[in-house]
Amino acid sequence: MKLPLGPLSKDNPILVQVLGVCSALAVTAQLKPAVVMALSVTVVCAFSNLIISLIRNTIPPRIRIIVQLLVVSTLVIVVDQFLQAYVYEVSKMLSVFVGLIITNCIIMGRLEAFALSHEPLPSFMDGMMNGLGYGLVLAIVGCLRELLGSGTLWNHPVIPSSLYAAGYLNNGLMILPPMALILVGSLIWILNSKKSKAK
Amino acid sequence: MNGLTDIFVRSVFIDNMIFAYFLGMCSYLAVSKNVKTAFGLGIAVTFVLAVTVPVNYLIDKYLLREGALTWINPDFANVDLSFLSLIVFIAVIAGIVQLLEMVIEKFTPVLYQALGIFLPLIAVNCAILGCSLFMQEKNFPTVAHSFSYALGSGVGWLLAIVAFAAIRERLKYSDIPKGLQGNGIAYIITGLLGIGFMAFLGI
Repeated sequence: MKLPLGPLSKDNPILVQVLGVCSALAVTAQLKPAVVMALSVTVVCAFSNLIISLIRNTIPPRIRIIVQLLVVSTLVIVVDQFLQAYVYEVSKMLSVFVGLIITNCIIMGRLEAFALSHEPLPSFMDGMMNGLGYGLVLAIVGCLRELLGSGTLWNHPVIPSSLYAAGYLNNGLMILPPMALILVGSLIWILNSKKSKAK
Repeated sequence: MNGLTDIFVRSVFIDNMIFAYFLGMCSYLAVSKNVKTAFGLGIAVTFVLAVTVPVNYLIDKYLLREGALTWINPDFANVDLSFLSLIVFIAVIAGIVQLLEMVIEKFTPVLYQALGIFLPLIAVNCAILGCSLFMQEKNFPTVAHSFSYALGSGVGWLLAIVAFAAIRERLKYSDIPKGLQGNGIAYIITGLLGIGFMAFLGI
């Protein structure tokens, strides 16, 4: 079966469809919470797509939003408990943003647009790829912000101390929330200009 | 009383939902093409926040939190249902939004005309759920505090979306590099507005 690769680049949920930005940007000040968040969203997205697709013919259309919310929030509770049990520090850092996966528009969007009208297996793949596309952007932004903002990657210092001795300073602005928006804006710019060149 | 105004001002300017936590970004970007609709959505969000957060506060305090059930029976002192809070909060929000829609439609058709199309959108707006979750984390002592927090967050959100919509209306006439048009510039403007709002940190 062919993997739907679109969500990774040209249909990227964050950069092109502008979905799920809400909970995304706040967790990208460092790489580690960004990756954990990306994985959580991928898991929730893939499995909620699978479950909704399995029961799509039995859900009455009038109450489908409530059903979707319940399925998604149950999955999020499972993920939340799992994170608290195994990576407690990161789960403290993510605080309310794990809970906010419920209202992440990528998940609701994929459920509405894909899972309700497709077979379980393709829905599962679609959910997974969209989650990964989301994760890719999170990882890039998290990487840049941590590297430039605190000079570390995954909490390991990577900028050699000789550079600091030569007068290099960490850019504290990168850690602040607004820079995440500006970085994503720049990523969109890069993607758009690449696209218009390809035409 | 002083504590209440403090919380209000803090949540409007310093802990602004959009600029500090990026909550409700999806509808913020989608419904900010003109000032009038942006204002309508902002009012609707404030309204729903001011109703749902105090309700969720009471539910959290008397049903979910560890030891919250002692008012039924002292034996329940170590029952902790807080893992259920996500699903309960979202259910309460979805329910209240539905209820509000019906009540408003029945009693004030004018308001319904103005808010009608936005209300269903709001159930899945992250700002609403986010505000309830922050409320839970902040451990307010009384309902009044949580109400003040909700109102402040709503007003802050309204302020942000109206300011952004106004800038966007002017933006139509400016000369932006081609790749940056549309969403790219929207993100960057929000970032710059956010830096502006950070000046309030000093208060």
